[in-house]
Amino acid sequence: MSILNSKIPEGPIAQKWSNHKAKIKVVSPNNKRKLEIIVIGTGLAGASAAASLSELGYNVKAFCYQDSPRRAHSIAAQGGINAAKNYQNDNDSVYRLFYDTVKGGDYRSREANVHRLAEVSPNIIDQCVAQGVPFAREYGGLLSNRSFGGVLVSRTFYARGQTGQQLLLGAYSALNRQIAEGGVKMYTRHEMIDLITIDGKARGIIARDMVTGEVKRFGAHAVVIASGGYGNVFFLSTNAMGCNASASWVCYKKGAYFANPCFVQIHPTCIPVHGSQQSKLTLMSESLRNDGRVWTPRKMEDAEKLRKGILSPNDIADPDRDFYLERRYPSYGNLVPRDVASRAAKERCDAGFGVNSEGKAVYLDFKYSIERLGRHTIEKRYGNLFQMYEKITDHDPYTEPMQIYPAIHYTMGGTWVDYNLMTTIPGLYAIGEANFSDHGANRLGASALMQGLADGYFVLPYTIGDYLAGEIMVPKIDTNLPEFIEAEKQAVGKLEKLFNINGKTPVDHFHKRLGTIMWDNVGMARNAAGLTKAIKEIQELRVEFYKDLLVPGEMKNVNPELEKAGRVADFIELGELLARDALNRNESCGGHFREESATDEGEAKRDDENFAYVAAWEFKGVDSEPILHKEDLVFETIALTQRSYK
Amino acid sequence: MADKILNKIYVKVWRQNSPKAKGRFETYTVENVSQGTSFLEMIDILNDQLILGGKDPIAFDHDCREGICGMCSLYVNGHAHGPDTQVTTCQLHMRRFNDGQTITVEPWRVGAFPVVKDLIVDRTAFEKIQQAGGFISVNTGGVPDGNTIPILQDDAEEAMDAAACIGCGACAATCKNSSAMLFLAAKVSQFAKLPQGQVEAKRRAKAMVAKMDELGFGGCTNTGACELACPKSISIAHIARLNREYLVAKLSD
Repeated sequence: MSILNSKIPEGPIAQKWSNHKAKIKVVSPNNKRKLEIIVIGTGLAGASAAASLSELGYNVKAFCYQDSPRRAHSIAAQGGINAAKNYQNDNDSVYRLFYDTVKGGDYRSREANVHRLAEVSPNIIDQCVAQGVPFAREYGGLLSNRSFGGVLVSRTFYARGQTGQQLLLGAYSALNRQIAEGGVKMYTRHEMIDLITIDGKARGIIARDMVTGEVKRFGAHAVVIASGGYGNVFFLSTNAMGCNASASWVCYKKGAYFANPCFVQIHPTCIPVHGSQQSKLTLMSESLRNDGRVWTPRKMEDAEKLRKGILSPNDIADPDRDFYLERRYPSYGNLVPRDVASRAAKERCDAGFGVNSEGKAVYLDFKYSIERLGRHTIEKRYGNLFQMYEKITDHDPYTEPMQIYPAIHYTMGGTWVDYNLMTTIPGLYAIGEANFSDHGANRLGASALMQGLADGYFVLPYTIGDYLAGEIMVPKIDTNLPEFIEAEKQAVGKLEKLFNINGKTPVDHFHKRLGTIMWDNVGMARNAAGLTKAIKEIQELRVEFYKDLLVPGEMKNVNPELEKAGRVADFIELGELLARDALNRNESCGGHFREESATDEGEAKRDDENFAYVAAWEFKGVDSEPILHKEDLVFETIALTQRSYK
Repeated sequence: MADKILNKIYVKVWRQNSPKAKGRFETYTVENVSQGTSFLEMIDILNDQLILGGKDPIAFDHDCREGICGMCSLYVNGHAHGPDTQVTTCQLHMRRFNDGQTITVEPWRVGAFPVVKDLIVDRTAFEKIQQAGGFISVNTGGVPDGNTIPILQDDAEEAMDAAACIGCGACAATCKNSSAMLFLAAKVSQFAKLPQGQVEAKRRAKAMVAKMDELGFGGCTNTGACELACPKSISIAHIARLNREYLVAKLSD
């Protein structure tokens, strides 16, 4: 029997959220004024939560590591946001969005959470429109939609190829209004480095001021982690350079369970890696697959000539092009979900049909849609993406196909939360990409923005009241309590330890090596031998890190190397847990592909009998094995079937 | 499509240890840089070299490295975000430079953006301008259905043109008056083109302009330099719209 209580409400799926809201406690306005909440991260989830909580009357302290909350990496999301509006009259509904998300997640998400997400999705669009988000419009002035992978309806709202930016600026504007009114105290260039718990409850944080280097104590009645995912464990990813998992990781080490770390999304359409000095990878939006056709050459000799630069893609006639997604998945074609598209690209490249000099790229071709719709239409839809591609690669995607290859993009796993989005530490919440609950083993396109804003605008502001109603008698948290003093001392000690190693190797070298171990063994295809090897190599890397790290500069000044060192120290530990989780899950599902568990056609094969559970890991010390707790996934509404996009 | 290698380049960088410290240029040599490398990756290579040589690496702002977060903010050879057009510093690539070239790198030079360290400046002033009125006052919940507010496609497009601003500060850094007008105008103009923005239009224009003046940014003399430097090509037509909004607001006082 699991010790995890997911607190899923009783009743039919469509009534659970309503029933729950009717039952949970509400804090009165005069008591809200006395309560403080800390929010870590100001992306879609964090900014929307901080603004909404402040509007309700709570005192909010919001933190971000950038110089402005508007720069959080949600800003880089391109394609769109899903919502079950059914504006297109194409038979979309809350149920269909719920069903698509559960299926897309390969039946490893929690039904009740996903249904709630689908239920609140239409409200998000309304909210954003009211804030002045300039969504794309039809000639009649109504909102426009596009399609995304893994679905048969058109439910994605968008603002050119900058939807994440526009939604974040909407949430940021709401946040600014609260900052101006005094409800939110904003701490920019601050990084959370520890969590304070008192009598088992979250009561505050330790943060480092990244300008002065000062380590500070902050108290609150509840702490909300909205600091995003852990994709940068792989070094090369589409995440921003500063994206890190340290806030989540210190919570894990303080007792919050970490769930399904092996569920990592590898996005099929990124600009391929070049050379060895690359610092990050750039995504090309999934929306491009609406109008682009993915192909590799049919003949091996053509592939070889393309790799050597003897042939150009435009020299290859249509019959010699293998539109492998359309061939393998006729009903979804180029719009299969991300995990399926990524594996198919890897399969073609592994078979020798890759098209760049490294043999690790396929084509995404707009020739056909330009012929059909005209260059102007394509320019209007994707102009900024095409410009971005051209600036990076020096090739013009209007006249020759883009080269793309899969890259680490998003992490479905994260801090374990119950239905209220509370972690296993009372008073500690995790929202947005930082939690694990809604996307199962694979996230559908345009659903990250939806989840971030759903959690921040419409879920957390309700559920946090249920906990805080019990805290109204607790006075303002005194940051001179021994727990705070001790935590500060330890946090400073941890930083000094990194400084005092005084070795020979800069932190990036360790990060790159970690990334290579992860990508080679814990990437798109995983097996027991490789994972076991990875765990050992990561442990060795950790030992070396603490012997040979070199951190230059000063503690009490701007010091990006020190910031990176702290993050990479955590990434190394997280990478090990990720590999461990992948080793434990001896089935293939969504983005997690175990070579031992495949169908004859090479598709992922789930094992529902043994693995229909959430793997929640409990920290037991850096050198001890973590304890696995299982939350059984119960599917009351949707029957478990092998996923097919054929 | 193998990229060419630059055998040797000289990077002349502004070094300043803290806001109050005296700054100076230092010149470093970087060898064997592929032209496919991004400009910031070249700085990464240089920093690695500095750290291994026992020196303090160059501090610079950067994050998404795909031209959207607005964090990167360098003057490269006298141009905000470098010699290329319509790019941020992180999208600038070494193919824009030649072997043996000296590349001068400086932080934004704007009075309202004091240097924090080396190439990092403090752009809190932009935050304050936004906080003064860069929003529509709606709380979460209780808003009408999105399709009850039809918006002419051209208006939505124009609002989007303005909303594309990434808040990097290149406009103010390029302006000879250190004016933040293009940044401010982008926000005001976005809302001016949308029905949702009308209710608070007057208050917004006045409050944001007053805040900009208070923070020490200069006035606009319409030279258009900001538009050229803007990585998102935001048009100075938005400044005209801001001026109109401001005038209407002031006349109704």
